[in-house]
Amino acid sequence: MTPAWRSPTVLGAAGAAGLALAGLLLPTYALLVATEILLLAIFALAFNLLFGYSGLLSFGQAGFFGAGGYLGALVLLHGPQSLWLALAAGVVGAALLAVPIGALCVRREEIFFAVLTLALGMMLYTVAFNWRGVTGGSDGLTGFPVPPLSLGPWEVSLFHPRHMYLFVLAVAAAVAALLWRVVRSPFGLLLRAARENPERLAFVGANVRRVRLAAFVVSAALSGLAGVLFALFNRIAAPDALHWAFSARPVLMTILGGSGVFLGPVAGAAAFYALEQLVTRWTESWMIVLGALLALLVVVFPRGILGTLVALAGRRRP
Amino acid sequence: MSLLAVNLLNGLSWGMLLFLISVGLTTIFGVLGVLNFAHGSLFMVGAYACMQAARWTGSFWAGLLAAPLAVAALGAVAERGLLRRVYGRDVTFQLLLTFALLLVLDDGVRLVWGPAYHMVEPPGPLAGTVAVGDYSFPVYRLFLVVTGPVVGAALWAFFHLHRWGKIVRAAASDREMAAALGIRVPLLFTGVFAFGSWLAGVGGALAAPHQSVGPGMGERVVIESFIVVVVGGLGSFPGAFVGALLLGLVEAFGTQFMGPAQMAVPYLLLAGVLAARPRGLFGEDRP
Repeated sequence: MTPAWRSPTVLGAAGAAGLALAGLLLPTYALLVATEILLLAIFALAFNLLFGYSGLLSFGQAGFFGAGGYLGALVLLHGPQSLWLALAAGVVGAALLAVPIGALCVRREEIFFAVLTLALGMMLYTVAFNWRGVTGGSDGLTGFPVPPLSLGPWEVSLFHPRHMYLFVLAVAAAVAALLWRVVRSPFGLLLRAARENPERLAFVGANVRRVRLAAFVVSAALSGLAGVLFALFNRIAAPDALHWAFSARPVLMTILGGSGVFLGPVAGAAAFYALEQLVTRWTESWMIVLGALLALLVVVFPRGILGTLVALAGRRRP
Repeated sequence: MSLLAVNLLNGLSWGMLLFLISVGLTTIFGVLGVLNFAHGSLFMVGAYACMQAARWTGSFWAGLLAAPLAVAALGAVAERGLLRRVYGRDVTFQLLLTFALLLVLDDGVRLVWGPAYHMVEPPGPLAGTVAVGDYSFPVYRLFLVVTGPVVGAALWAFFHLHRWGKIVRAAASDREMAAALGIRVPLLFTGVFAFGSWLAGVGGALAAPHQSVGPGMGERVVIESFIVVVVGGLGSFPGAFVGALLLGLVEAFGTQFMGPAQMAVPYLLLAGVLAARPRGLFGEDRP
């Protein structure tokens, strides 16, 4: 029997409180780094709902991430000056895009799913890159205002790195809590069942495609949310964020951290960021190192960092 | 009328290159069950190797001969050293491993040859242009239009008449049965991966005088060849042929008639075919 203080809710709340406290103490540069890691962690968590829990490897998640960024930026450029509205536009827009795209992709699984998400994600990239009048083409959208965040009676400016960090942390915690609820729910059980044995699940009367499509839309909506935050953080919505090279990031982070552990993608995001900083300090060929690392992980440590640690801890404690 | 002919020839020449690349991709998938993300990178290595060999020897033909062999050797090493270790595991791991190969090759090419673009001159008799109606058309592209069907026919003959080709087809349709009949499957896997890589290398070497050789050239090719094999039906030889020509033609005519929206055309083709036939035009209706 797990003692009450070790329940996931308590541990999660304590972790978020610790990170918030760190946000009050850390210097500015560390805050910027931590904010970017949290942004990518949201993206990777959203990706892992598909990969880890549904067994669907998406190579096109950046399409929704980037589209969310553009939609948020477009609202701020042409619409009312509301941060909440910009965030909502990114989330809802990405979810709406995901409905037809997901409907095409979930008709197939495994390799086909990966190829289809890759191709359709690149379709979104092409639109962003070529629709100059709306998206600014290769330059992207810049110069959009970042209005203060209205929290009831308070107005908080996100120009301050500390405020930005705390806001992103709050969103990340909310996303993690939401996804935790989702994967523990009956729906989450259906997703895992569809991963383990789709034929059998269909046989007992579940609609496997619809279950997967629902997961696809949720994942895209949260990717869109991360995308808006990313655009706000970097003050630009650029086509690079939709490219498949960007789609590879949550894939690599999740593999690095461990797809079988709920917080694996978060650990992976932090480790990925740290590695990138370290490696690019002494060589420009970061991709070669990354490729070699990925091959090593896949062949030797398919459970990733956190997954391997959890397995080791589990072996010690009978 | 002559504009139509120019578009047609442009579409066919690019379609033929796509066919060479896609047929390698689809053969590897058919036999090994692995979709090779690094296929476009192998194509690119083929183009660079051809350029390098042509520089050393002064002959494009030497490059066309040597480069695909080098790429085939690279493919064989990758299969032996990496892919072999994850057969029988989840297919997504195989996909990720070929993605790792892509990362290494793409950056490796940049490391060896630098970020700049290089030109390869077409060999003497194929240089220059011919008149097609009111337009002048590169002779080299005509050469590609003719080469495609020749290579396609040779491949067809290999797969249907030669003993090795029949073994490859047998293994593609039922791997266990082929093994039970005494075919050495591990050797076959290495051979097929090397053969598919060789085809990508041939495509790359042939593409070298057709376009500039640069670090980004693999990316367009890998996405388009994925579209080709999904449209045609993954694992299908005629599907790769029809899919490649279809994509080459819609792109050529799209460039002519649709302006900047033409870049979306391949994806619209993909989405349309998928909506109507999820297994592709020549895909079999088995799971």
